[in-house]
Amino acid sequence: MEAKKEEKHSRRSSFWVWVIASVIFRLILVYFHKNLNLSSRPEVSTPLTSIRRLAEGYWLKQSSMSPYAGSMYHGSPLLLSLLGPLTVQRIQGQPNHLLCSLLFVLADVVSAVLIRATGQKLQTAYSQSLKLLELDNLSRSSEILSSGDVAALVYLWNPFTIVACVGLSTSPIENLAIILSLYGACTRLPSLAAFGWVVATHLSLYPAILIIPLIFLLGYGLDAPPRKLFVQRRHGKGGDNPSSGSSCQQEELLIQSKLPLTFSWKPVMHFLFWASVWSVYVLALCSLSVKQKGGLWEMFKSTYGFILTVEDLSPNMGVLWYFFAEVFDFFRNFFLIVFHMNILFMILPLAIRLNHRPCFLAFVYIMISSMLKSYPSVGDSALCLGLFGLFIFELADMQFSFFLFCGYVGVSLLSPVMHNLWIWRGTGNANFYYATAMAFACFQIVLVVQSTSAMLNHDRKLRKVSVTIP
Amino acid sequence: MTFSHAKSTVGVTQSMANRVLRLLIVCQVLYSTIAFGSVLDIDKEEEEFSEELLLKPLPDRKVLAHFHFQSTAPPSTSFGRHHHLFPKPISQLVKKFRVKEMELSFTQGRWRYEQWGGFDHISSNNAKPPGVELWAVFDVPQSQVDASWKNLTHALSGLFCASINFLESSTTYSAPEWAFRPDLGNLRYGTLPREAVCTENLTPWLKLLPCRDKAGLSALLDRPSIYRGFYHSQQLHLTLTGSGSEEVDSGIVLEQTLTVVLQPSSWRTGKSYVDKAHSQPSWSINSIFGRKVGGKCVLAKSSNVYLQFEKGLVGELKNLQKENANSETNKLASKVFLSNLSFDLSVNPDKVFEEVDNFHSKSTSILYEFSVEKYNDSHPLDLGLTWKIPVVWSCQQAPLHASRFLMGSGNERGAIAIYLRSTELSEGLKKSDIVDKSCELRVNVFQVVPWYIKVYYHTLQVFVNQQSRAVADIMEKIHISPSKDKTSPGVMELILKLPCGLESAALNLEFDKGFLHIDEYPPDANQGFDIPAAVISYPDFHASMHFSEDGSLDKSPMFSKFQEKSLVLSYTEILLVPLTTPDFSMPYNVITITCTVFALYFGSLLNVLQKRVGEEERFLKSKAGRKTGRLSQLLSKFSTKLRGKPREPQPSTTVSSSFVSFKLILKILLVAGIAICWQYYFG
Repeated sequence: MEAKKEEKHSRRSSFWVWVIASVIFRLILVYFHKNLNLSSRPEVSTPLTSIRRLAEGYWLKQSSMSPYAGSMYHGSPLLLSLLGPLTVQRIQGQPNHLLCSLLFVLADVVSAVLIRATGQKLQTAYSQSLKLLELDNLSRSSEILSSGDVAALVYLWNPFTIVACVGLSTSPIENLAIILSLYGACTRLPSLAAFGWVVATHLSLYPAILIIPLIFLLGYGLDAPPRKLFVQRRHGKGGDNPSSGSSCQQEELLIQSKLPLTFSWKPVMHFLFWASVWSVYVLALCSLSVKQKGGLWEMFKSTYGFILTVEDLSPNMGVLWYFFAEVFDFFRNFFLIVFHMNILFMILPLAIRLNHRPCFLAFVYIMISSMLKSYPSVGDSALCLGLFGLFIFELADMQFSFFLFCGYVGVSLLSPVMHNLWIWRGTGNANFYYATAMAFACFQIVLVVQSTSAMLNHDRKLRKVSVTIP
Repeated sequence: MTFSHAKSTVGVTQSMANRVLRLLIVCQVLYSTIAFGSVLDIDKEEEEFSEELLLKPLPDRKVLAHFHFQSTAPPSTSFGRHHHLFPKPISQLVKKFRVKEMELSFTQGRWRYEQWGGFDHISSNNAKPPGVELWAVFDVPQSQVDASWKNLTHALSGLFCASINFLESSTTYSAPEWAFRPDLGNLRYGTLPREAVCTENLTPWLKLLPCRDKAGLSALLDRPSIYRGFYHSQQLHLTLTGSGSEEVDSGIVLEQTLTVVLQPSSWRTGKSYVDKAHSQPSWSINSIFGRKVGGKCVLAKSSNVYLQFEKGLVGELKNLQKENANSETNKLASKVFLSNLSFDLSVNPDKVFEEVDNFHSKSTSILYEFSVEKYNDSHPLDLGLTWKIPVVWSCQQAPLHASRFLMGSGNERGAIAIYLRSTELSEGLKKSDIVDKSCELRVNVFQVVPWYIKVYYHTLQVFVNQQSRAVADIMEKIHISPSKDKTSPGVMELILKLPCGLESAALNLEFDKGFLHIDEYPPDANQGFDIPAAVISYPDFHASMHFSEDGSLDKSPMFSKFQEKSLVLSYTEILLVPLTTPDFSMPYNVITITCTVFALYFGSLLNVLQKRVGEEERFLKSKAGRKTGRLSQLLSKFSTKLRGKPREPQPSTTVSSSFVSFKLILKILLVAGIAICWQYYFG
């Protein structure tokens, strides 16, 4: 027992050592930020997340113009008030955007800590539900690291996250908001979940679809094996010895109390209430800050409108920029609708099939939107891969994982090369870079499909095992 | 076509011209008597036309020829439809679009401010950026200005055979507030830097002249020789005069100017110079234009040729004079000895004027007037200038010399720099600065940047004497309207407040290059895109020239124009920015590949979601068998057959299914009974 505790303790301390190491690594990179020139990489700074555009928006605002006056800034006015002053303040002898960088590093660390907490919650809940199903042997919590630690470290040490953080894109903040909402839902704090959701939606629109997993999380509870199994189990037990008496009754009550077999409306209602409160609050703040300069309508037009109409055709990691640069003008609206519908179409089937695993559902949604969104950046992929770490034990049997890993590494090495060939040297052409973007999209598709299928297989395995156990 | 036609009708026109001349003389006599009778009555004022040519030797062995044709239509009520001299299309244009002031210029080549001067009237008003520049002020309500502008561009495009209609798009024109021209409301400004200018633009321009290019000074405009020049700018400026009240149409002044810088083919008189580099070529009108002036245009009120010697040249000549003839009694009239000793004029000038200089400088410029009226076809005017001694001089410069360039490499981002360098004039200011400490040089910068050059205005940096300075210290006034994607260009208007003693100042702006839709690229996309020239002006400096106190030159429209205070203004270079191009041959491939990826995503994910493995199917079937009955069982059988899998044996369902079928038969019987009853009672 003592040894176990010690081991646990050492594990925890080693986690923090890695966290501190990642922070130090980031700070070193921040210091050499000028040489790396990461903030102008198309993979890092999209029109939505670029800090230069934010600085331009802040400058316009300071010179009493609407921050949306030019087509430069497309982010939220709140982010402008938060980060804008930091882009201007300079400390003598230090890199230009030091304060911003520090804020982003902080956001990253907080996200990692929240991911870890979420992971621990998930793991305890999951092992508990497995215990109830008497499938203890399946839970592998006693291995080297808990899934929360893995996810947090994957998030912190992912090169994508580091690049997004050091390259001064605003995606760490967006990611923090998303993780905050997930954490709030996992810890059953409807107000926190609602806050995270509203802020994330306000910042980048796509997290709006996370409302479904959040409601499931609050209504049904954390990820668990399919509810059918519990029902079967209970019925099976009842059938096995109908005359067992009060002890069995008690156990059944315990199951009912602990397991979310029924949808509980109370926290959901709380969540919806808080969501409306927060959204009114955010909108009020926004309208205050853009009151003299065009009002809310202009804000929506140049933030959400800009996201939905894909106006900026500068190259990024996504699949839409080249498509809309090349497609004939009269088909443009049709394809805009089709591509956005592609995200929406998948919501319902996934929600039906994965409703017992809301966290995983959220991961799949985030993955899909980061793949198909108009201006994806490495920050979005970083969040996906970080959340992927949360389900590492469930997805242990995933296929093609090595292939995917190689694909990710290959694409992230090739894509800058192709970009350089096309833009800087002029020896390649646009198709080269576009091909890497396509490959990246394909790898993401394989990842999302394989992880979903692995999760469903995992459920099947559970069912099989629970059926065979008498 | 027009040429051949013209040739065939030369004889006719000449005889016609004679007749017209006679008729006109009679008319003029009549009109003049009437005009003297009632001077105050504006209706009786005449439409006038005048033609002038200013020739000026330039320091770098070239000659500037500046043609100035002016037609005026006085304010009147009766002119409504008909004009005697004034071109009808222009007056229609003014009436239709309610243009208050307009300037259109077609330019080829670049004005060299350092060699050809930057402070006089011609360099600040007639030196234009290459391509087409159009600005217009409208007398319409604010909301209709854009519509008027669009119509005007189309009308002008038709009138001048140029693609001015491209200025219709809101991405190409802008509405400068104060930096371009001070205090003009409803101003629109647009440029087409890449418009090629050639004879097809000149011919319609000449058609606006009463004599076209058949007689008078415009007959000098021999196409090959003027387009061979180093700089060629053809301009049309119209202003409204008089009352703008409802009853009386306001008068229109139409100035058509053509500024050409030509290299005289160096024909020499016998004398050979020791120093070839400093020798000025001798030239005559015939040698530079290939034609002579065969009399005036009969419809013109005045027709004069002027030869101007600049301040610097005159000063230099005086110096040379002093050296050559040391203690000569050269307190004589300067003009006389100048012409005798250092150069020869082939024709004696009718009048000589000396500039009245406000600045107390050593020398003033000299102007020789030659009246064309004395000459005719048999005795044409061929003004020639023969240099006897080599001279070197320089033109008067603007306070600062402005140039603009791009920085950075690659097709992703870059920076625009405007570099201002001190010239002689600001050196002079520096000296005066010693007395006056608070001396400041104000510089107006106006720059239009197309939307695909996404300028970050917060990166504006100012360097004075190579040292970075805070923008707020230098900037007196700033107005920026940032560019909107595919909607409007970015406009930057600044007033800089520079210290007088500066050597150089630089403005630096970073930008990102935009990516365009495949349709938005021009046919030669890899050539790059042009950023229109920036306008640099100096609000504290005005170019004006006053000749002779007696006012005999005041009648000349060109010199009355020169006497007006005009802002010293210069244009910077046009920048060529290469933009990244997509693969133009790929739209179908891109569409199909992208759609394939989307299909891959959609199909495979949906497949994973609805896939069921064998045991699940069994479970479902057993459930189905237990609950729903034969129909769904059949369906499931059907579906398994369709999938091509062997049907699973269903041991447990037989009993229950027979029970279910009994129930079903009962139900069917019940329904049938109800139907029979219904039929029986209501049928």
